[in-house]
Amino acid sequence: MMSELPPFLIFFAAALLVLLVRGQLSKLFLLAAPILTGLHIWMNIQIGDAFTYSLLNLELQFLRVDKLSLLFAYLFCIASLIATIYAIHVDDLKQQLAALLYAGSAIGAVFAGDLLTLFIFWELLAISSVFFIWARGTEKALKAGIRYLIFQITSGVFLLAGALVYFKTTGSLSFNHIGLGNTAGWLIMIAFGIKSAFPFLHTWLTDGYPEATVTGTVFLSAFTTKVAVYALARGFAGEEILVYIGVTMACFPIFYAVIENDLRKVLAYSLINQVGFMITGIGIGTALALNGAVAHAFSDVIFKGLLFMSMGAVLHRVGHVNGSDLGGLYKTMPKTAALCIVGALSISAFPLFSGFVSKSMVMTAMMQEHYDYLWLLMLFASAGVFHHAGIKIPYFAFFAHDSHLRPQEAPRNMLLAMSLAAFLCIFIGSQPQFLYAMLPMPVEYWPYDVTHVLAQLQLLFFSAMAFVWLNKVGIYPPELRSVNVDAEWFYRKLLPVSARNVIMTLSDDKAYIKSSITNTFNRLRNGFSQMSIARYHLSESWPTGSMVVWISVILAAYLLLDSFVYKTIQ
Amino acid sequence: MPEKQYFFDKPKNVNRVLYGFYVICGLLVIADFIVHRHIGLDWERIPAFYAMYGFVACVLLVVLAKLMRKLVMRKEDYYDE
Repeated sequence: MMSELPPFLIFFAAALLVLLVRGQLSKLFLLAAPILTGLHIWMNIQIGDAFTYSLLNLELQFLRVDKLSLLFAYLFCIASLIATIYAIHVDDLKQQLAALLYAGSAIGAVFAGDLLTLFIFWELLAISSVFFIWARGTEKALKAGIRYLIFQITSGVFLLAGALVYFKTTGSLSFNHIGLGNTAGWLIMIAFGIKSAFPFLHTWLTDGYPEATVTGTVFLSAFTTKVAVYALARGFAGEEILVYIGVTMACFPIFYAVIENDLRKVLAYSLINQVGFMITGIGIGTALALNGAVAHAFSDVIFKGLLFMSMGAVLHRVGHVNGSDLGGLYKTMPKTAALCIVGALSISAFPLFSGFVSKSMVMTAMMQEHYDYLWLLMLFASAGVFHHAGIKIPYFAFFAHDSHLRPQEAPRNMLLAMSLAAFLCIFIGSQPQFLYAMLPMPVEYWPYDVTHVLAQLQLLFFSAMAFVWLNKVGIYPPELRSVNVDAEWFYRKLLPVSARNVIMTLSDDKAYIKSSITNTFNRLRNGFSQMSIARYHLSESWPTGSMVVWISVILAAYLLLDSFVYKTIQ
Repeated sequence: MPEKQYFFDKPKNVNRVLYGFYVICGLLVIADFIVHRHIGLDWERIPAFYAMYGFVACVLLVVLAKLMRKLVMRKEDYYDE
């Protein structure tokens, strides 16, 4: 009986309770939701369980359990617990509700057995998450939130359209492998692509995440893109186009990350870069590659969360995260600095840290499938990650030149959340067998051999060497207060400017046409008034008073006629 | 009151860290000739392939990104105008 309770309901019930109670009690519900959900899944839910409901004549599935959905569900419980601890001091009801609904929707989405149920949670994810951006309260955040929401809702529209076409073609809504064989496949792929930040569809992420609240970005980084990765892994494994999209995603953001000043935006770019590795793995589609993609999603949520938390702590204490105005913070925030470095080593895939045991599966799978040149590009992206996320983030925030800022160490709850994440990074990295046991396919892979460790250490140490050398000779670009134009330029600059130009041109034309008509009319009127007939023209040149006189004269004449002439006739 | 001296305030400490780093880099390259590596792709036959690739990749990345600034960098209020 208990096994039929869809886990997302615990989160939604907690949201209802938080709405009803006030004060510290609500924090208990916030913390209880992920813990109870995790325990519920652990104890009551087995592979093969299902919970179906009927809507009209459709059999829909709130619960479909296999290893893939279980892994993501556990991941989301862990991520939600860590982020909740990090945000426990926040008393904003909006953000508390958003946190519960957002995490609950993510868990609902990974257990959804059909496309319509998936769509419902897909939209709930969009609507609940935007409040993390709006809660910042600035006008910039408000606008960024609206742009974010437009992208997310558009993704939902594509998903719904795709689901309907899919139903029409196959007669079923169940969500399994879809493939790109028909229109429905493409529509659904675009929906998933928007949410997983495909190139040119990625700007909602780099635009929205840096504008969210300190704690909001930690939630945001965990769920939306990873639900999309899950959906792609289920629906489109082995579609080769994903390899090319993934490699592009891994490569282009690192250039932006190098020159970006807002350190949370640097992390947003590196999030896309990491998702690129997952998408590539899904595109390759072999057991090793798929395992790698999913494992990397698992480690990424935790180390990217850790990095966002450390930058959030800086933002919380200093008020901004601009690389140009930070530096030397290790002096007063040593714990945050150390925890940030753990996150940095994990994302860089240092041996013994979590990125190493998951990313290497994708890289090895590429090698096995003979994507030689793409493999080189991915190696480039790996070196680049270390450069911009592994070194740049901790270096410019905590070391570099002294900014003479002496902020306090991060609050205790933030340190606890970061420590939990850091522990998991090291645990997964040094004991990968536990993560490997949860992966959807059987694993015959072990990352720790001499060749692999040596290769990775060489790659990373000499990437660091490049950083040292570039700084010593002064080639390294300084952090500058600036905005870097990305694909969003099309709708934030080109579109508004063109729209403004079109409106200006049209209003100019309108003025021209209006004046030329008036001129013609005036010319005609002047011509008319100079003609002799115009003298008998009553209304134009004579004063109104004279007309009144004339009318009185006419009326008087009628009166006279009436009283004399009419009577005479009688 | 003079401010407390922190670890990296002393250039000596910075240099110590850097020398340690250089030594590790050197050892990693030497290890390449001692350890028997198994090869997956032809490129890996090149001695210290990963070390060179990592260094060149990062220099290239930074130089290209710096050039890219000329193309994409705008003032902070670019979108607000």
